Amino acid sequence: MLLLGAVVVQLLHVALMLAAAPLLVGVVRWLKARMQGRRGASPLQPWRDLEKLLRKRPVLAANASLVSEVAPYVAFAASLVAVACVPSFSRGMLLAPVGDLILLAGLLALARMALALVGMDVGTAFGGLGAAREMSFSVFAEPALLLCVLTFAILAGTTNLDLIAATFRDGGLGLRVSLALAAMAMLTVAVAENARIPVDNPATHLELTMVHEAMLLESSGRHLALWEYQAALKLTLWLALLAAIFVPFGAAPAGAGPLAWVLGLAAWLLKMGVLCLALAVFESAIAKMRVFRVPEFLGAALLLALLAAALLFVSTGLA
Amino acid sequence: MLTGLLLCILLLGLLALAAVGLGRHPLAGRVVHGGCLAISLGFAGLALAGLGLGLPEAPLALPIGLPGAGAASLLALDGLSAWFLLLLGVTGACASLYALGAPAGPPRSLPPFPLFLAGMAICLAAADAFTLLLGFELMSLASWALVAADHAEAENRAAARRYLMFAALAGACLVPAFGLLAAGAGGLDFTALRAAPPEGWRAAAVLALALAGAGAKAGLVPLHAWLPLAHPAAPSHVSALMSGAMTKVALYVLARLLLDLCGPLQPAWWGVPLLAAGACSALFGALRANMEGDTKVLLACSTIENIGFITVALGLVLAFRGADLGPLAALAAGAALLHALNHGVFKTLLFLVAGAVAHGAGSRKLDRLGGLIHAMPVTALAALVGMAAAASLPPLSGFASEWLLLEALLAGWRVGDIGFQVVAAAATALVAMAAALAAAAMLRCFGLVFLGRIRSPRAAGAEEVPRLERLSLLLPAGLTVLLGLFPAAMLGLAAPAIAVLAGPAALPPARGLALTAGEGASTYLPLAVAGLLVASLVTVWFLVRRRSTGATLRGPVWNCGFIDPPPWLPFGDPLSQPGAAGMAQPLRRMLGGSLLGATETVLMRAPGDPRPGHYAAQAADPSEAGLLAPLARLRDSVAGRAERLRELTIRGCLGLSFGTLVGLLALLAWLEGG
Amino acid sequence: MSFGQLPYDVAHLFGGAMLLLSFMLLYQRRVTAVINGLAIQGAILACAAGWQGWVQGAPQLYLTALIALAAKAVLIPLALRVLIRRLAMDRTVDTAMGIGPSLIAGVALVALAILVVLPITAGVRAIAREDLALALSVVLLGMLMMITRRNAILQVVGLMSMENGLILAAVGVAGMPLVVELSTAALVMVVLVVAGVFVFQIRERFDSVDVSLLDPHRGEGR
Repeated sequence: MLLLGAVVVQLLHVALMLAAAPLLVGVVRWLKARMQGRRGASPLQPWRDLEKLLRKRPVLAANASLVSEVAPYVAFAASLVAVACVPSFSRGMLLAPVGDLILLAGLLALARMALALVGMDVGTAFGGLGAAREMSFSVFAEPALLLCVLTFAILAGTTNLDLIAATFRDGGLGLRVSLALAAMAMLTVAVAENARIPVDNPATHLELTMVHEAMLLESSGRHLALWEYQAALKLTLWLALLAAIFVPFGAAPAGAGPLAWVLGLAAWLLKMGVLCLALAVFESAIAKMRVFRVPEFLGAALLLALLAAALLFVSTGLA
Repeated sequence: MLTGLLLCILLLGLLALAAVGLGRHPLAGRVVHGGCLAISLGFAGLALAGLGLGLPEAPLALPIGLPGAGAASLLALDGLSAWFLLLLGVTGACASLYALGAPAGPPRSLPPFPLFLAGMAICLAAADAFTLLLGFELMSLASWALVAADHAEAENRAAARRYLMFAALAGACLVPAFGLLAAGAGGLDFTALRAAPPEGWRAAAVLALALAGAGAKAGLVPLHAWLPLAHPAAPSHVSALMSGAMTKVALYVLARLLLDLCGPLQPAWWGVPLLAAGACSALFGALRANMEGDTKVLLACSTIENIGFITVALGLVLAFRGADLGPLAALAAGAALLHALNHGVFKTLLFLVAGAVAHGAGSRKLDRLGGLIHAMPVTALAALVGMAAAASLPPLSGFASEWLLLEALLAGWRVGDIGFQVVAAAATALVAMAAALAAAAMLRCFGLVFLGRIRSPRAAGAEEVPRLERLSLLLPAGLTVLLGLFPAAMLGLAAPAIAVLAGPAALPPARGLALTAGEGASTYLPLAVAGLLVASLVTVWFLVRRRSTGATLRGPVWNCGFIDPPPWLPFGDPLSQPGAAGMAQPLRRMLGGSLLGATETVLMRAPGDPRPGHYAAQAADPSEAGLLAPLARLRDSVAGRAERLRELTIRGCLGLSFGTLVGLLALLAWLEGG
Repeated sequence: MSFGQLPYDVAHLFGGAMLLLSFMLLYQRRVTAVINGLAIQGAILACAAGWQGWVQGAPQLYLTALIALAAKAVLIPLALRVLIRRLAMDRTVDTAMGIGPSLIAGVALVALAILVVLPITAGVRAIAREDLALALSVVLLGMLMMITRRNAILQVVGLMSMENGLILAAVGVAGMPLVVELSTAALVMVVLVVAGVFVFQIRERFDSVDVSLLDPHRGEGR
């Protein structure tokens, strides 16, 4: 019975994530537009774009290899598996034992590599430039993420996401400076990983400022649809990850019934709404930074995460 | 079993003799490499049998040895030896298979190859210090001969010279390390050494000497300067073996010395030097791999990085064992052993790929290759598997061992000392950064060699390598996938080796098909992850293709509307796609300037000047200026002073010998008296 | 008192936030953003003091909080802003040490503070120990800022941030007499006035607020 519940929750979760991802992107765009005094496209617009792109045939460059054809599916599959492991409205999903934070970083790296390979496949200047920059940013983002994981691992004794969420929810950890610092670091990493302002501009096609979009210049049709969907999934994943770790309240416990699921869903939607609003405010208030400032931005996150761990060493030494 | 091992080693010696005898016979290469292939498979089989079915208890005494030292040379096979012998067998088999298919090198490179294998096998199977050092030196000399095989070029000669210097340093440090151990034990065989673990200053000296000796051979920072020179100079199958097996043998010696022979009671801080050296090696190696423009140099730098990972894991074993954290020590030991094997296999694969590319497309330089995926699809597939493993992407082998290593590092705070906790946290950050850097380096390498447009006319005429060579690439590629999917089974096999490193009660950090850490709270299920990835790949493919049925069209490249190249540039303007230096530019500016002293010079012509502009990027390894240059100056000044001895009178010369004699006698008297 | 109890957690959080802001002061490249950071730090200091007043039941700490709020969060930042406008100076931070290295040095200083405070305060209540470690870190970071920034305004900001750390330490210790607080506050005002005059003076003489211009003139006027 418990297993059946876990399977049902898992399937509902994946469906929810797939449905919410483009919507989330649309909501953030709409909120940003309203803040900038524009009316903005409907939040459903990304869905319509995907629908349109899926109908179109991809046009590949003459010298594109099999990499360009396979990579979008690989990246999407990796992101999908990653997103399936991050709890949303309920805990105790079927894939909870698989959902390890280091594995999550690995799956995101897999998607990133697939994207960078596509950027280099045709041999254009922008693609290579975007790939080199994307990989360089990850050099700073990854250790920051790992140090945040260190903070969680010290507090929860594990790197399993479901168990971390459970510990933070019931463990009576109180308000910890370390967690606040780790949250800042995670937010910074999330901004960088999702190519948002101030690291990258998701709305630009000005060549010199873009990183993520530069690698997709040669993609079209269903390939482009997959890439856009993948980017939306990644944004959803990060927001859900932040919500699951730092605001684990309201999620239905393992083995609960549909009523608890509905309550959990409402709580999750509320959390995601708040995070979207915060993202939109942040992006409207700040300007994109120079590419070579990004290491400083991410390096600050790295140092904050290190500080969080160091303070935690102190307090574990005290307790 | 030990007799079989001895037989294999003797056969390798006979093969070397036969290679000398056969000389320039056209079948010499086939005989030697075929024999090495068979014997390597024998090594692997023996090791597997030993690990799976039980290891021989009593050592085998050989009728050779140090005169008067009281004991003959001993051969034995415990868990640690057997595990590394398995690694040697697998990499040796892949390298020999490649050598069978690849174009033959100069005949003088044939005899050292079996000797190289034999030296490593002796070093691994030795059960006393003398035999171990004998094997170690045989390995060093044979590999030096292989590096120097192509000595027509000046840079190869320089590489061989430097390689010999570091090999001599390694020997010069390891002999006194074993000497210090033996002085306390009164015997050279391992059981005697184990019974009398060193203490006090002697233990610290053993630690320092072992780290310097084995580190110089393994390529730990700051003693890594020979690696990026020696690997490109050697033939590809030899550099594969050097990188895949020889550096691991050096780490085996390190583990044997510090974790086994020095006894289980050494303090936890012993892990810190290893942790620091390993983390620095990982960072420097991975960063340098992003700057290099030659495939083999790049791979050699990536070897430095992976050696760093294994050393970090060994340091954690020492620390956890010193702090009485048995299960965590087993976790770290599992990470070290598994990563040694995984890296051995995928790095062998990548060096063989580099050899195949040099064979098929005529160059090792990233700036002369490009677009080879069209001409060499099988090589490209093998390279993709190897590089994905080296970039530690799930579900391949590199990720499994990296996962164990990171879990061990994340548990580093359980050693109660706050100083160690901060060191472990910093090491976590450095290892994660090195892993991301390795991913960037591998992407750069694969993208520049196999993707994009062709960069030189020779690469346009590239051809896929012959069947045997392709087979030799697909074998380690398949092994990489298998090792990635079944790491838990491999750890089960490694249980005897983990028991040697982490104490007899240690259990491998695996349960069923999953890797586990933190009392089973964290798990990594490679098969489940691979299954999920494949399932979602197939589902997404099916759904998307059902919705979008049209076939893919081909058209001219869009490239933001950039104009088409002129007709005299059939592959497009080579300057309009990023080259090796361009792909390295972000990391060079972000990290290279401060860590590697990287500089860029841009020569912009004035408007109207038709001469081309020029861009050059250089990076200087700090160990060159900081360590090697002062040493060279010291050598010169010592040599200059020694020259003066030649001007002494005959009485002076005699007096010198007399003084030495008296001094030695006095030392003897003092030692005997004390 | 230990983790999981509200008084401790909130005090801890305020201390952590001040430390975070010290790092932001080091990280920022624009002078106005640095001054904003200083204002926020002052406001958090006021909150911390008020919270301690409530927890310890010490009404004089409310006064400290008020002074901190008025002086640190409002008056001093305003004064600095006026100074910038009057001097029409360059808005970017001129560093003697890069942003990255100074951040790394900052983390090293925090580690040093922790390592120093923990052994010497063994036996004291946990809350005081950790607050002291955080406060000492803030002081050291302020000092670091004074060393690594060339601009005289930023040196003043560093001084203020340092003083914030001192007050944080003072309010964390129960039973600190009010007179100490008041005298420190007065001292700070005096220091600010002196610093302002100083900045105007070097501006008049050298047409810049870069204090490194003063170096060649050391020992003059004796």
